[in-house]
Amino acid sequence: MSNRTTQAAGVLVGLGLTAGGVALASLARRHANASRDSAPGYTARSGHGEFDVSGRTVTIRKPRTELFDFWRDFTNLVPVMENVESIEMLDKTSGRAAWTIKAPLGRTVRVETTIVSEEANELIAWRSVEGSEIEAEGRVMFKDAPGDRGTRVTLIVAYKPPAGAAGKAVAKLFLREPEVQTRHDLKRLKMLMETGEIATSAMRKENTRAAKQENAA
Amino acid sequence: MKALTWHGTKDVRVENVDDPEIINPRDAIIKVTSTAICGSDLHLYDGVIPGMKPGDVLGHEFMGEVIETGSGSTLKKGQRVVVPFTISCGGCFHCHVEQYSACENSNPAEKQDMSATLYGQPMSALFGYSHLTGGYSGGQAEYVRVPFSDVGPIVVPDHLDDDKVLFLSDILPTGWMAAENADIQPDDTVAVWGCGPVGLFAIQSAIVMGAAKVIAIDHYPHRLELAKKLGAEVIDFRGTDVREALMEMSGGLGVDAVIDAVGMEAHGFAVDNMIDIVKQKVGVGADRASALKQALLAVRFGGKVSIPGVYGGMTDKFPLGALMEKGLQIRSGQTHVQKYTKPLLEKIEDGTLDTTFLISHRLPLGEAVKGYKNFKQEQDTWTKVVLKPGMETISENA
Ligand SMILES: NC(=O)c1ccc[n+]([C@@H]2O[C@H](COP(=O)([O-])OP(=O)(O)OC[C@H]3O[C@@H](n4cnc5c(N)ncnc54)[C@H](O)[C@@H]3O)[C@@H](O)[C@H]2O)c1
Ligand SMILES: [Zn+2]
Ligand SMILES: [Zn+2]
Repeated sequence: MSNRTTQAAGVLVGLGLTAGGVALASLARRHANASRDSAPGYTARSGHGEFDVSGRTVTIRKPRTELFDFWRDFTNLVPVMENVESIEMLDKTSGRAAWTIKAPLGRTVRVETTIVSEEANELIAWRSVEGSEIEAEGRVMFKDAPGDRGTRVTLIVAYKPPAGAAGKAVAKLFLREPEVQTRHDLKRLKMLMETGEIATSAMRKENTRAAKQENAA
Repeated sequence: MKALTWHGTKDVRVENVDDPEIINPRDAIIKVTSTAICGSDLHLYDGVIPGMKPGDVLGHEFMGEVIETGSGSTLKKGQRVVVPFTISCGGCFHCHVEQYSACENSNPAEKQDMSATLYGQPMSALFGYSHLTGGYSGGQAEYVRVPFSDVGPIVVPDHLDDDKVLFLSDILPTGWMAAENADIQPDDTVAVWGCGPVGLFAIQSAIVMGAAKVIAIDHYPHRLELAKKLGAEVIDFRGTDVREALMEMSGGLGVDAVIDAVGMEAHGFAVDNMIDIVKQKVGVGADRASALKQALLAVRFGGKVSIPGVYGGMTDKFPLGALMEKGLQIRSGQTHVQKYTKPLLEKIEDGTLDTTFLISHRLPLGEAVKGYKNFKQEQDTWTKVVLKPGMETISENA
């Protein structure tokens, strides 16, 4: 991790921007404690309290700027994200967005997020606003990979299992294995950026993952 | 359309399945004119590869005519193409360094977890193979959906018959890469285990690359005969002590390079192999690696080991000490087909390589079941089966 990002992450914690949620910024850093190793915090074996935290890195053979711009317009993420029906950009500048997430029995859940920190071409962090059905935080970081290998993209997300009936249903679908979902979402992002499409082994359109998800909803 | 589907161990059927359609922009639909049965298909037939589902369409060696293209395809309707068995995007790190069989983008995201658990990172996709490698419908069918059709398929000139170019899809590049992986030097003696299609093409390639001597090992007389015709010396492992023979034939030094073109279902009655056969049968899945174990002892100190033969899991009693103490170099892997199609097509055109000698049987797709049975049971004389979807079926249940 570059020193700049480490500092930026530190500042975020300092400003208390993650207060109320998990300290994602600190989880993204190398372990702060000198007695620990140089691995990112989210790879620690111990849990992260009441939040489900998962983090993943992929290398994408595209420049940092292109990937940052793609992500900054959250609406681009619909095809890569599991169970996300639509994403609406409410305000481009502040990055306020409304995510409609599929829930069982044809229901949907709406989560509104706002960008809590942003560094051009380096990181975007967002958090659900007060009163959302799901409490969620996310942070994506972009770093140059060595040589011409492109960009290392790290995504860290944290969810708090929601309360209430709708919340429980969503939890079943959405929160069961957040690390699996993070992994798959990033893989699909990589496919879309590197190849312009998302791989499917279906023979017919109605059998693709996307179509099946559509029908299940 | 008609296709050869897998239903379980030794249970394959020709059935009607849905026609494929264009899904992604870079797709093309190919009307298959020729498609072969491979030794790798026998691993599926024998039920020793995990991740198969009933109804899966098999086949990864195929060619045909382009009949439909997506907006991102560079192919044109009517072109004749040979399709590599490895599905590769052309845009990821591994494709960029020409390690096409390690493509990071062809295996659907939700199918990558199984192989990532097994091997540390996910496998890329292959046609007509296990769901570990994407579960893509294969080429033993009338039509195939070919993803990344702007990267994989190679257009072949009309004056070259199917029989001459079909094997660019897999076994010719595989034999060639096997020889390349053995890093053959002019004075080298090279031993090749297995005289199936892969072994025979590895022998042919090793000779083209200038090996001083190539020694072929198998137990089928006809297959050994083919190896001899290509210019190899041969050893029949049923009647000869292979290790002793190889020591003598390499002047007491040990052979410089060894190629395992047998894979996980090695034949033979060595004790370790019998134990492994039992384990494979009861489903604890040990790979039978008796040929490879023998190869590691036969190769000289500082020698080179090339493994095109397919393995899927673990093996017992592996001679790890020989590997380390002898300072061996090992190279292996699914073939990076896209890297070799063009140069090898040139070698076919200029007559350096001929692949037609290998084909023993041409059958209509409707007789594919018979093809599997005989390629498995009559290995000696059924050296390679090519299925022709366009050919009239004479006897459905022969
Ligand atoms: N790496 C790749 O990309 C790739 C591609 C194609 C095939 N393969 C693999 O290559 C291997 C060979 O393929 P094939 O089509 O030639 O198969 P095949 O089954 O036709 O041939 C295997 C040959 O090995 C011989 N054999 C068995 N046990 C032996 C032993 N102990 N010593 C010497 N010979 C022995 C058999 O008699 C047979 O002739 C298979 O494992 C196949 O899956 C790998
Ligand atoms: Zn093959
Ligand atoms: Zn690729």
